[in-house]
Amino acid sequence: MKQAININVNGVDQRAEVEPRMLLVHYLRDVLGLTGTHVGCETSICGACTVLLDGQAVKSCTVFAVQADGANITTIEGLAANGNLHPVQEGFWECHGLQCGYCTPGMIMTSTQIVDRNPNPSREEIRHGLEGNLCRCTGYQHIVEAIEYAAKKASA
Amino acid sequence: MAEKYVGKRIKRTEDPRLIKGLAHYVDDIRLPDTLHVAFVRSMYAHARITSIDTSEAASMPGIVAIYTGKDIAEKIGPVPCAAALPDLKVPDYRVLATDKLLFVGHPIAAVVGTDKYAVRDAVDHVAVEVEELPAVVHVIDGVPTTPVIHEHFGDNIAYKLTSGEGDIEAALKTADRIVTQKMIHQRLAPIAMEPRGVLARYFPGEEELTVWSSTQIPHLLRTQLALMIGIPENKLRVITPEVGGGFGSKLNVYAEEALLGWISMQLGKPVKWIESRRENVAATIHGRAQAGTVEVGVKNDGTITGLRYNVIADLGAYHQLLTPAIPTLTGLMLSGAYKIPAIQMNVTGVFTNKMSTDAYRGAGRPEATYVVERVMDVVARELNLDPVEVRRKNFPAASEFPFHTATGLDYDSGDYDAALDKALDLSSYQKLREEQAKARAAGRIMGIGLSSYVEICALGPSQAMPAGGWESATVRIEPTGKVTILTGASPHGQGQETSFAQIAADELGVDLNDITVIHGDTGVVQYGIGTFGSRATAVGGTAVLIAIQKLKEKASKIAAHMMQCDAARLSFEAGCYSKQNAAAAAATGTSEPVVPVGEGPAGALNEVPVPSNGRDKLTIQEIALAAHVAKEIPPDTEPGLSATYFFEPKNFTFPFGTHVCVVEIDKDTGETKIVKYVAVDDCGKVINPLLVDGQVHGGIVQSIGQALYEEVIYDDQGQLVTGELMDYALPKASQIPWLETDRTETPSPVNPLGVKGVGEAGTIGATPAIVNAVVDALAPYGVTHIDMPVRPEKVWQLINAN
Repeated sequence: MKQAININVNGVDQRAEVEPRMLLVHYLRDVLGLTGTHVGCETSICGACTVLLDGQAVKSCTVFAVQADGANITTIEGLAANGNLHPVQEGFWECHGLQCGYCTPGMIMTSTQIVDRNPNPSREEIRHGLEGNLCRCTGYQHIVEAIEYAAKKASA
Repeated sequence: MAEKYVGKRIKRTEDPRLIKGLAHYVDDIRLPDTLHVAFVRSMYAHARITSIDTSEAASMPGIVAIYTGKDIAEKIGPVPCAAALPDLKVPDYRVLATDKLLFVGHPIAAVVGTDKYAVRDAVDHVAVEVEELPAVVHVIDGVPTTPVIHEHFGDNIAYKLTSGEGDIEAALKTADRIVTQKMIHQRLAPIAMEPRGVLARYFPGEEELTVWSSTQIPHLLRTQLALMIGIPENKLRVITPEVGGGFGSKLNVYAEEALLGWISMQLGKPVKWIESRRENVAATIHGRAQAGTVEVGVKNDGTITGLRYNVIADLGAYHQLLTPAIPTLTGLMLSGAYKIPAIQMNVTGVFTNKMSTDAYRGAGRPEATYVVERVMDVVARELNLDPVEVRRKNFPAASEFPFHTATGLDYDSGDYDAALDKALDLSSYQKLREEQAKARAAGRIMGIGLSSYVEICALGPSQAMPAGGWESATVRIEPTGKVTILTGASPHGQGQETSFAQIAADELGVDLNDITVIHGDTGVVQYGIGTFGSRATAVGGTAVLIAIQKLKEKASKIAAHMMQCDAARLSFEAGCYSKQNAAAAAATGTSEPVVPVGEGPAGALNEVPVPSNGRDKLTIQEIALAAHVAKEIPPDTEPGLSATYFFEPKNFTFPFGTHVCVVEIDKDTGETKIVKYVAVDDCGKVINPLLVDGQVHGGIVQSIGQALYEEVIYDDQGQLVTGELMDYALPKASQIPWLETDRTETPSPVNPLGVKGVGEAGTIGATPAIVNAVVDALAPYGVTHIDMPVRPEKVWQLINAN
């Protein structure tokens, strides 16, 4: 039995009928075609699927779409306002915070929350904030620098 | 060439699409009417299939077809193994199990349907009855004799091989003492963040098949798939879209790739399979998995006289593309950074009821480096020498290169003392030792570990590679002046879209943003080998460079024709051909005389004045347009402006370096914390330091994973107990120290770029430094060795043993 949901995604109201068991990540990717949000582990360990749900970073592989009914979702595609890169996106580019890019959308969404919560995070705080996101390529160091860059830029 | 871009920290041109979420990995490609595929897989390590009943699953909503091994046994060829070793036993590896199940994750049936949830539901309704058999799991204590996995082979030994040069018995006899150490290189899962995935679409009218696959080797895959599913190779196109990491795990040809292509041909519709993480851990290749004993003969002053390594390699149930060849790379690198007169490796490759091992970042070389670098520390401890001195004692001097090893290699260039000195200096090694003495006096557990590694890169000369070791490039300047590079390498995160553009921009004197690097599409790019073995820049980048030089040879002829002068009269600078008079040409030190490839320095310039059509300067873009409209080109010249080059390297390259690791161990919990990490790497000339740092960081962190956290564990029944990221522990940001990196730069003479390769340095060099630090820390407790991963409980037990 399909269920109607209303979700605002990246500032646009979306209405759909979905199976109750449909995962939020599949709703975003398969129903809306927003394929920037990736699936990496299906067990909420890797964080590749991270999106913002009412401003909170959540792992969309372990949220049902119906649970997001009435919520505001921001995905990686919604981050660059008016075509300008978000400071975190800019930091990832400037500091080589990505290689294969697969974990990157989730990393960036988590990083925006790190900077939002703490405009001047220490390296240790950044690393703690990244514990729910795995990257196999970068060794994290350039990601930490990217977030430092973004924090500096945002507070400038 | 004027180096405006090469050597600079240039941010990547591939990044904008990736940071905006607009890049396309396989699962992001959506075709209308796509059917989804899910696999029924073995939950047993070893079992005989007695029946498979698909009827209930087939009647479920949305299910279109179900294929079992019996259905397709004769229709799809076996999963290929490209490794050629004497007397190698190669099992018949069918894409779906036909008779026996040989590992957890072994595919049994493919379920095809209209919805990805529906096919996963149906998988649970395929009834597979089996007769369970005892499993062959552990090889640490020797070759298991029963049961025999492939009965017709008679035993579980896939091959035995002895390699090395020199009289090892005599060499060991000349030693003052023999030092031995047993070591285990645990099984690892590569875990690219993007699991594997395949989308296949058959065009019945054209009789053409397109396969999108997350692979490192699009062309080799095309060749193998054509053979497996019986489609002409020129009717098969493999496209490698964005690939979310490989680390060797996608340097392979997998059953699913052939099956998806074949199913699409049967059903005439696009079919897609995206690997789940559980499938990825169970049925994508693993790495390492060796258990061996190293013996070295050593003089009392620390000089190594010989090294023997007897090892069992746990190959898994079948051979994937390179499975049996990986341990042979271990044999090649057993000389490490040292002069060892005699070396012997005796390897036994053993079948087990597990997923195949194959190339995981480093591929056989991390094992060699670990053996050599661990045993150097064991030697130092036995002789009561500083580990630095034992290493230095056995280094070849910089003047001894090219340096021949007793494993049959010729190291291209090196200065091992320089890298060691720099690492000791950067880490303040002497001070660290003083600090350690103080820490011990205060009851803290602190250790310092070193690793002076050498790796073999730029794989490699074709003679040493199963399917050719060259790489290809085509460089075109389009009529509008934009530059297109087609590379046979298939980067998947390494950044060659940027670094190859840097090489080209400098060589052509054009803007970096005017260059596009295209890769990973066999319908567009000339045949190539792919990206693995730290080869893309050293081999593929060189192909780009030489293709450009060929292109410029032609461009200069056209330029000379257009300016009505002798080509030798032209200089090339900043993207412009300029006509010079003889005096100016001789006086100009900055401009680059036009030298046809392979003809050496320019000869005497023509002193006779040449007529001019009024132009004395033309940009390479203007020449490109002229070459395409073809009204002003010399009569013996083909129109167009492009060149293709296949570069065959004459040797491997041998990057090296020294890493220093400092650990502190928590006495109460046994937890190891890396408190300092210094890496000095020498990868030859550097195209883009930013990318090199990224490669080094990532490699070191994978080493930290192996040293401290990661292990694929099968229990005594062969059940996979680390089947998810909840159980298989990847390193997290909070567990990683700040990595201090630096370099020495010893150019490679093997290629004109002087580059060596850096993709695997961290995974090869770092692991022993970390374990050496842990063992050093635990020395006061009488610990002389500890096997990886160094988990807290293992350390706690050692601390509390007495």
